[in-house]
Formats: sequence, structure tokens, C-alpha cells
Amino acid sequence: MNWTLALPEIALACAGLVILLVGVIPGRNTFFGCTMAVIGALLLAAVLVLGQPEGTALGGLYVADAFSGFMKILALLGAALGLVLALDFNRRESLDRFEFPVLALFATTGMMVMVSANDLMTVYMGLELLSLPLYVIAAFDRDNGRSAEAGLKYFVLGALASGLLLYGVSLVYGFAGTTNFDRLADVFSGNGGVPAGVVVGLVFVVAGLIFKVSAVPFHMWTPDVYEGAPTPVTAFFAAAPKVAAVALLARVLLGPFGDLAAQWQQVIILASLGSMLLGAFAAVGQRNIKRLMAYSSIGHVGYALMGLAVVSDEGLRGLVIYMLIYMLMNIGTFAILVGMRRRGRAVERIEDLAGLGGTDLGRALWMTVFMFSMAGIPPLAGFFGKLYVFLAAVQGGFWTLAVVGVLTSVVSAYYYLRIVKVMFFDEAPAEGGLDATTPGLAAVTATTGIFNLVFCLYPAPLLLAAGLAAAALLG
Amino acid sequence: MNAAGFPILSLLTFLPLVGAAIILSVRGDAAVVAQNARWTALWTSLVVFVLSLILWARFDHGTADFQFVEQLEWLPAFGVGYHMGVDGISVLFILLSTALTPICILASWEAIGTRVREFMVAFLVLETMMVGMFSALDFVLFYIFFEGVLIPMFLIIGVWGHDRRVYAAFKLFLYTLLGSVLMLLALLYLWYTAGTTDIPELFRHRIPAAAQTWIFFAFLASFAVKVPMWPVHTWLPDAHVEAPTAGSVILAGVLLKMGAYGFLRFSLPMLPDASATFAPLIFALSVIAVIYTSLVALAQDNMKKLIAYSSVAHMGIVTIGIFTFNAQGISGALFTMLAHGVVSSALFLCVGVLYDRRHSLEIASYGGVAKIMPGYALVFMLFTMASVGLPGTANFVGEFLVIVGAWRVNPWVALGAATGMILGAAYMLLLYRRIAFGRITRDDLRALLDLSPREYAIFVPLVLLTLWMGVYPQSFLSFFTASVAGLVERHEAALGAARLAAGM
Repeated sequence: MNWTLALPEIALACAGLVILLVGVIPGRNTFFGCTMAVIGALLLAAVLVLGQPEGTALGGLYVADAFSGFMKILALLGAALGLVLALDFNRRESLDRFEFPVLALFATTGMMVMVSANDLMTVYMGLELLSLPLYVIAAFDRDNGRSAEAGLKYFVLGALASGLLLYGVSLVYGFAGTTNFDRLADVFSGNGGVPAGVVVGLVFVVAGLIFKVSAVPFHMWTPDVYEGAPTPVTAFFAAAPKVAAVALLARVLLGPFGDLAAQWQQVIILASLGSMLLGAFAAVGQRNIKRLMAYSSIGHVGYALMGLAVVSDEGLRGLVIYMLIYMLMNIGTFAILVGMRRRGRAVERIEDLAGLGGTDLGRALWMTVFMFSMAGIPPLAGFFGKLYVFLAAVQGGFWTLAVVGVLTSVVSAYYYLRIVKVMFFDEAPAEGGLDATTPGLAAVTATTGIFNLVFCLYPAPLLLAAGLAAAALLG
Repeated sequence: MNAAGFPILSLLTFLPLVGAAIILSVRGDAAVVAQNARWTALWTSLVVFVLSLILWARFDHGTADFQFVEQLEWLPAFGVGYHMGVDGISVLFILLSTALTPICILASWEAIGTRVREFMVAFLVLETMMVGMFSALDFVLFYIFFEGVLIPMFLIIGVWGHDRRVYAAFKLFLYTLLGSVLMLLALLYLWYTAGTTDIPELFRHRIPAAAQTWIFFAFLASFAVKVPMWPVHTWLPDAHVEAPTAGSVILAGVLLKMGAYGFLRFSLPMLPDASATFAPLIFALSVIAVIYTSLVALAQDNMKKLIAYSSVAHMGIVTIGIFTFNAQGISGALFTMLAHGVVSSALFLCVGVLYDRRHSLEIASYGGVAKIMPGYALVFMLFTMASVGLPGTANFVGEFLVIVGAWRVNPWVALGAATGMILGAAYMLLLYRRIAFGRITRDDLRALLDLSPREYAIFVPLVLLTLWMGVYPQSFLSFFTASVAGLVERHEAALGAARLAAGM
């Protein structure tokens, strides 16, 4: 039993339990201390991931390879930055309860289990460990009707998706006789035809996972949950869990079901096309910026799935790069959205940004960088994310995906530009500009913004790491 | 490997960014910051211009090869490199960009009163993108600069433009982005079939004839919008009318050349068969553009719109010249581009002079200006004549060469281009008559001041340049003779090979 391979997850879970115990010390507010401790635990886990050897452990339930390492680092980074965003916001909104960072930590543990899953049972366990804390933190602002609604909506639909996934897993197990990824791959690599039950099960599994990455046609929960949940929670949702879910989807489809690509490729292509189209057109009329970001994230997942749909080394590398860049653009954008306050009250309409270029040029410029990057305008990082998935699509001859992809990116450029327009071309409202941001948010904005600006100068090392990660999965 | 002895092209490209960083780092009183930004931007652009004169001096006129080449590894695993260099086709456009930038900054000295710091930063970033685009010898690098231009241009029109600026800025951005992303797909196809994005390498890579058609139309989608060719020119009048003077100048002077440059750099050398096949289509679109937009220009009441439509007509002549595939036609097209870059920029500056004083772009608000502002009337007349194509001014040489080249291919095309020149004379002279001559019908015009020393400083170099190009064109033509000859030769060789293959 080489359980030491799973040390990052074990350490993280233990740290979570300890912080939970410390957090209940009565008499004083431990929110800040617990958040710092959780960020420390996440960094410790990241160090452990970097030092992790490769191999499978725990009776074949758990695997560690270059792909899981890369995606775990991403998820940990996303979770840590997401917690930094919550620090000030939660205090001001009286949400500064220590359970928040602890729940985020358990969700992150779930993400890491998902990324390292080598068995359908591990998949389910990781997914639930991720989802349950997320249901709770979506409703964390419990006295607020919208937040409670978001939590409940997410829970009901999420439970349905889990049910679909579990049903699919049981079908696959029934027809293939195993849930282990390696043995499933062996079963399917044979020349004999695939039983129809496996295909049905596979579709259910894919449906359950697509819900988690919020791609069309299982995206309906996203706008409501993103809008209703407290802004830092939305930032958290949009970053780390999405990376982990996309990684899981890639691992499940390319690992055990790699030989069944012909059966699932159509599904992913449709999901990708639908997400790109919906993400582009549905966001155009939005007035609430969090809702807009929800549709934008649906669109981005569509581009990322394009990398998966082409089933190639290049495609997977494009997907990995895309998720990296997407996460950093998104956290940077949310760092600005979290800091949107006017006279102490949080605001979230697009018009609330009006005149920011005049009142706070620095913040407006960073937001401009993020918006142009999301629109995929060179030389910003977002362009390179799109470039590599489009390259893979063209290389694989998937012209429909590529053409729809570039055209929807023009449509989506419209609503990103609209935010730039509101900030620079419109006048600030009479009641004054937005309040000053906090040092923590400013630091996150600047770090992610600089990444978006300078990625073009020397992308080679990140591309190399992404290429290694992709190669590890496709073997 | 580098005639200048140091990486001059990178320096020209990125020096404006240094200036922008300095401007951004200045803090303090608003008026001081604004004045500081103006001077920093002016000095940066002047230093860049002086440096770019090294290209003029050291450029070897005898070869069609790329010069001042710089090469660095960027993404070695993908076959993408940082590759800069110029040949006869691109070198003068770099000089045009670096020369127009300080002029634009001077022209916005007083016209831009709000957010001066941000304006100057946007302008310097724009200069980086323009120079980078003309010197990039890697397709990915080219694309980055080509698209990157949109960001500062969007802000310049949207923030400092006139009443309908938001509409115009969005139209410019989305129109050109839509074209460019289709080119991006063609670029990706070339990238993986050839395994490299290095432009000189791609010249040697032979693309199958069937694929050439698709790539040609993908390129056309992008370049035709930028040129702009009829019928995708409709963004240009809006953008010109709403842009501040400096924005119009750089739009007409440099950005319109990007599309035609794209045809010369990519479509012709890489897609010889498709270019030859679809040349009649380009001729048809161009002749329509020349005649139709000239007629539209005749009917305009807005000065900027009139000059914008005349730009579309002139660029129609340029695209005719490019697709004649002979030395006269292509040289004429290049010369027309340069001449148009100088003359139409100057015309927009002339409009800007009036606008700064009266805040109206309507032709009807003026009349008899010649009696009030004699110096201005003289300058304006010179550029009107140049735009008409009067011999001895810049435009004449280029348009004449294009017509000669077009005659060799198809006399009807030449006739169409010549009609454009006649109509051009009509609308430009009409414009000049309505503004400069006639009775002074409005008393408020009598208070107008003639050109200030700053404005003379803007116009004198442009006047000299226009006359120089008209009187002694050889000093400009000699830059691109060798490159154009090389281009034509390669094109004919490629077509010959294709015909041979078809014959067998």
C-alpha cells in the first residue's frame, strides 16, 4: 500500500480537520486566521504535489501523473486566490465565519481527488466531496433570498446530475464488469463490439460531468447560481472547480473510454458548439455583470471542450493551456468585481462601472486588459489560449468547430468591449465613482493582469509543461 | 547580418512603449501631467522618427532580400520565432508610420483637452503596433500586431471621438475583428501544413491549388475589410467622421495600408494561382469602389465623410495596381499608398484645423475661408490638387503607373481607374470651392485666425514631402524596384510551374 503517493490530499484533509477544530474556539472571530491557515495548507499541498512521484496507489483507485500534477497546481492556485478575494468582502458583508475557508478547503480536496481519480468510484467520491461544500457556500449569505435560492437551485440540479452520473457508472459496471480505469481501458481495447449498455452508461456519465463544467445543454444552473451567490463565491466557482471538472472530464473520456472516442466525440462536439454559441449570444443582453460572467464562462468552457473534442495530443495541450489562462483571466476579473462598491454597498450592474476610467484609471486599465484578453485579442494571454485550441481543431480537420469558434469569439468581443465602453466612454454617475479597492484585491488584480500581459513574451515553459501534462494522459 | 549594427527594428517597435511607461509613471497636478505627457510623447516619437531615418540611409536598394533582420527563438517547438526584417515593400511604410506619429501628436496638442495622458499612451502603443506589423517576418507575430492595432484605435475613437463615437468604435472593432479571425484560421492551416510560420519559409512552401482558393478568400475577408474594398467599406466613413483629427490621420495614413500590405506580403507570393484566378473579381470590386465611392463623395455634406469616401476610391486604385501582377502596377500601387498616406493625412489635418476653430464638420458652415485664412487656403489647395492627382504632386505618379499597368492587363480596368481620377477632380474641386471661395456668408467666420506656428510646423513637412514625391519620385521608387521585380518574377515562375503541371 503506497498510500504516501496520496500525501497532498491526505495532508489537506487533515489540515482541514485541524482548522475546523481551531475555528470553533469560542469568544473571538477566527475568520481571518482560518483563511490564512487554509491558504497555508493549500500552499503546502502545492509543494507536496510538486514533489509527488508518479504512479498508482490505494489499490489502483488513485493515480498521480504529470497531468494530475499540473491540474492540481492550477486548482490549488485558483482556490487560494479565490480565498484572498473573499477576505475583505466577507467581513464587510458580515459573512466572516470561519466555516467559509474550511468548506473551500474540503471542496479543494475534492477537486484533487477528482483530478487523480483512477476508478469510477473515486470519481464519484471526489465529485461529491467537491459538490457538497459548494452547495453550502453558494447559500453562505443565508439571510439573503437570492443566495439561498442559488444554493438550493445548485443543490437540486447538482443532485440530479450526480444521480445521472451514478446511474451511468452502474451501467458501465454492469456491462463491463469493473470500475477501474485501467481495466476498463483493457476491456474496450478488444476487437469485439461494445455493448449498447456501456454506450448508454457512458452518455449518462458524460452528462453528469458536463453539468459540473456547466456546458450546454446542462448549463441552466450557472447564470442563477453565479448571480445569486456572494461575489467571492462566484469567483471561486468560476475558477478552481471548473478546472478540476474539465480535467476530470478529459481523464475519464481519454483514459478508460479512450477507445470509445467514436461514441462520445459527437456529444462533446455538440456540447462545445452549443456552449460557444450560447455563451456568445446569451451574454449580449445581460445587465448584471455576474450573470454576464456566467455566460462568458459557458462560452469559455465551449472553447476548452473544443480541445477535447478533437481527441489529439495538440487538442489536449490546448485544453490544458486554455484552462490555465481562463482561470487567471477570470480571477483577475473577479478581483475587480468583488471590489465594486459604492459608498460601502456592493454593486453588480454593468452600469455601476461607468466612468471608472476617469475615477480610478489603474483599475479600469486592468479591467480593460482582462476584457480584451477574454475576447481573445492579441497580444494578451487569452488570444494564445484560443490559438492553441483552434490550431488543434484545424489540424484535426474540425472546420465547423473552428469556424463557429472564431465567429462566436467576434460576437463575444461585443459584450467584453461593452464593459470597456462603459468604463471609458460613459460618464461617472452623479453619486460618485466606486470606492477604493483593498490592497489584497489590488495585488491579485495586478498579479493576474501582469500574467495576461507578459504571457506572450515567453510562453515556452508553460507550453512545455502543458505538453507534458497532455502527453501523460494520452500515454 | 544587420546593416545598422544593432537591433534597430525592435528598438523602433518597442521604444514607444518605453515612452508610454514614462507617461504612465508621472504623477501630480493634472495640468502638469497633461503637459508632461504631450512633451514626452512628442520627444519619444521624434526619437523614433530620427532612428528610423537609419533605415532610409542604410537600406540597400539593390536587393529584394530582407534586411535589418533579427531572429530570436520564441516558441521553437511550434516553429514560431521572433523574426523581424524589412524589404523594399515594407521599409517605407515604417518610415511613414514613424513620420506621421509626431505630426499627429502635434496636431492633438490643443485639440485633445481631456485625458491627455491616456491619449498619448494610446497613441504610442498604436505606433508600436504599426511599426511592429510592418516589420514582422513571422505570421503569428504579424497577426499579433495586426490585431493589436484595434485596441488603441478602439479607445482613441471611443474616448476622444465626436457624438456617435461609441457606434463608430464598435463598428470598426467588430468589422475588422470578423475579417481577421477568418485569416487566423487560414494562418492555422498554413502553420500546420508547412510546420512553420516564418514568412520567408512560407514563400518557399508550395500550397496546393485547391487549398489556395480557400486561403485566398480567408485572407480576402481580412484584408478587404482593412483596405477597405467595396462592399465592406461602410465602417470607414463612420470611423473617420467620429474619430478625433489625429485618429483620422493615422487611420487614413497608415491603417488603411495594412490591408493592401497584407495582399502584397501574403496573398500574392503565397497564393499565386488563386491570386491570378481571382484577379478579375478584385478588379471588378475595385472598379466599382472607385466609381461608386467617388459618386458618393460628390454628394457629401460632411468634409470628413467626403475625404473618407475619396480614400476608399484611392484604395480601389491601389488594389487594381496590386493585382495587375506587373512591375508598373505594383510599383504604382505602392507609390499610391505612400502618396495617399501623406496627402489624405494632410487633408484630414486641414479639416482638423477648421474643426478646431469652428467645431463643425459641415461643408455648409464654411465659405470664403480663403479671404480670412490665406495661408491655410494655400496649404489646403496644394493638398486638394495632390489628391486630384495633378502632375508634380505625389498622387499623380502612383496613379499614372497603376493605369499604365492596368492597361497592359485590361484596358477596361484602366478606364475605370481613370474615371475615378476624373470624378476625384470633380468632388475635390467642389469641396475646395465651397469651403475656400465664394462670399463670406457667415459673420462668425471673420474672426477665424490663420495657421499658428504649431500648425505650420505640422504642414510644412507634409508639403515638402508631397512635392518631393511628385517632382522626384525616383528617390522613393528606387526603394522598392528590386523587391517588386522579385515579387513579379516569383509570381510568374509559380504560374509557369502551375501551367506546366496543368499541361502535363
